Amino acid sequence: MGLVIEKHGDICLVRVEGQLIVSNRQELKQKVLDEVERGDRKILIDFTNAGYIDSSGLGTLVSLSKKIRDLGGELRLSGLNEELRTLFDLTKLDTLFRISDAPEAGLQGF
Amino acid sequence: MRHSLPDRSPLVPPDLRFPIDVRIPSDLRLIEPLVGAVIRDCAAHRLAAHHCALNVPVALTEALSNAILYGNLLDRAKYVRLRVTVDERCIVFEVTDEGSGFDLEQCTTDPTTAENVAREDGRGLFLMRCLMDRVERYTDGGNVVRLTLLRL
Repeated sequence: MGLVIEKHGDICLVRVEGQLIVSNRQELKQKVLDEVERGDRKILIDFTNAGYIDSSGLGTLVSLSKKIRDLGGELRLSGLNEELRTLFDLTKLDTLFRISDAPEAGLQGF
Repeated sequence: MRHSLPDRSPLVPPDLRFPIDVRIPSDLRLIEPLVGAVIRDCAAHRLAAHHCALNVPVALTEALSNAILYGNLLDRAKYVRLRVTVDERCIVFEVTDEGSGFDLEQCTTDPTTAENVAREDGRGLFLMRCLMDRVERYTDGGNVVRLTLLRL
């Protein structure tokens, strides 16, 4: 998995490349928490260039969302392909996150 | 930031061909290259694209991570065995660990209920059962989880 962090005004955009699974989810968690520690409260994680996500990866997103919300911020998602949409639909996590088709739309509406 | 193991780890033969029968030590970092090798062969066998992109990688990752985490308790001296067979009707994955096994029904929870949807855990077995046509657990020289996907 690769992670690219970009700052767009007060929004921190995190682009995930490759799979988000049990062996690397901690990298994403730590990277996002580092940004939150520095003061970011609007986090957008983009999956346009991601592969598949397993249950551990989904759990990490839920965990991050809670932590950020507790600090008065919000975690949003973008760029889910058809398979990832299916995954979020099956688990009903699409009811927990605000999800944009593309990162640009996610940035605009944040 | 990159994964510490390359996509094709030397511990996972890059040229896996069905029928597959491999053993890996209990190292979570080996899951991705192993699943990647299986997916390449699934594609070569003309498995449906959505099966290659979602059903197989997610369900197999869940089965392997459960075997390493809960079966073998991350003990690298213990091994996980993966067998894969395919025919014109279905593809079957058998993941064997050295643990004492578990009750599939009792351990499967529904993560979509109002009280569970915001939980961080509890989606692994549920996803396996959603994404495969059949999930079975039995004991045969180890704790075996068998996943069957019909090639429709």
